[in-house]
Amino acid sequence: MGKFGETFLNWEVMAQYAPKIVEGFFVTLQLAAVVVATGLAAGLAAALVRSLRLRLVNFFIVAAVDVLRALPPLVLIMILYFALPTVGVRLSGFVATWLALSAVLAAFAEEIFWAGILAVPRGQWEAARSTGLGFLQTMRHVVLPQAVRLTIPPLTNRTIAITKGTALGATVAVGEILYQAQTGYSFSYNPSPLTLGAIAYLILFIPVVWFGRWVETRFAWKR
Amino acid sequence: METLINAFFNIGILRETAPYLWAGFKMTALLTLVVVPLGVVGGLGVALLSQTKAKPLRWLVAAYVDFFRAFPPLVLLMFIAFGLPFTGLDLPAFAAVALAFLLNTSSYYGEIWRAGIESIPRGQFEAARSTGLSGTQTMACVIVPQATRNVIPDLISNTLEVVKLTSIASVVALPELLYAARQAQSVTYNATPIIAAGIIYLVCLWPLVRLLARFEHRQIALH
Repeated sequence: MGKFGETFLNWEVMAQYAPKIVEGFFVTLQLAAVVVATGLAAGLAAALVRSLRLRLVNFFIVAAVDVLRALPPLVLIMILYFALPTVGVRLSGFVATWLALSAVLAAFAEEIFWAGILAVPRGQWEAARSTGLGFLQTMRHVVLPQAVRLTIPPLTNRTIAITKGTALGATVAVGEILYQAQTGYSFSYNPSPLTLGAIAYLILFIPVVWFGRWVETRFAWKR
Repeated sequence: METLINAFFNIGILRETAPYLWAGFKMTALLTLVVVPLGVVGGLGVALLSQTKAKPLRWLVAAYVDFFRAFPPLVLLMFIAFGLPFTGLDLPAFAAVALAFLLNTSSYYGEIWRAGIESIPRGQFEAARSTGLSGTQTMACVIVPQATRNVIPDLISNTLEVVKLTSIASVVALPELLYAARQAQSVTYNATPIIAAGIIYLVCLWPLVRLLARFEHRQIALH
């Protein structure tokens, strides 16, 4: 047990790298926040455009969503970070990770929002339009409030899964928790920084998972 | 346009690197074939354990599931791949990856199975017991078969996620598809291998995505 503690819970090493891990914690938070904000916004926008029922536009939306749902996020990050420079487009690790994860979240969110919008009975549309409400007004006041309620459980789950993907940024040198932990491990040749990183992730994500579960149960039986 | 084709769709380089990509693809397939059944069965075990009457055991299972759902898979993988050798246990890369995946996926599959089992009306359980079947027999012959039919879309959806997850094994130098593509790319200074890997993932996973899109719509609509 002593040796295990010395290896994985070496206080000296942990104290040495704790500031870096805290730095990484905030980078992770930042990255997760922008990914969620842009991803959900883009997904909602795409779902709204899809409800305009323009054939050609829909084809591209569905194609893009399918591609983004089928590709592993890490492959997308690698393509943005390593493949684009060969044609002159140089993105930073943070931007590459943000774009890739937002795009993937947007794709999943679009599907979820779209399914929600479809689930609202057609009669609601017709009634709203017949009282003189425009397309956007109908969306805003009648359809979306009902649709969103159905979408919250799957959306929360998917969002949480994507935010855990921020750890992938470590592979393209984004200074988030895993990157700092890994660097600390390489320099000190002691896995304690990894333990510290793991603890940081748990502090971040266990409350998030509990929140997600609370949201699921709260919205479970509503129609 | 010319440069784009040379940079991303270079036939010469594709021909050169094809054997490596093929080897990587086989490794990804092997990893999937090992990890998915382990995860599904492991998840079923976890779900069955969560049905026990012993409160401490139920609490333990809930903690296990929460822990591994909150922990980013890449961090878990690094911890096991880099940290475990320090305890004297030197696992080959494949085993370390399989272990990390088993821990992660069994918690996700466990939640899916648990939801399935708990959605079966209690009357089924009571009726089965009252005809003389033991608890185990009831589970095996009455509850789980019915639960399986209900959770198949979710199992497939999660399996898709697991296949995409295999790409993170490239970070610990397991020679699967993404790793092979990255190696080929850094050796040839050309992004074609990575684009090719992306296309391979797309071709393999897109049909599954299409299949799931249908299930999802039905699920959200029926809520």
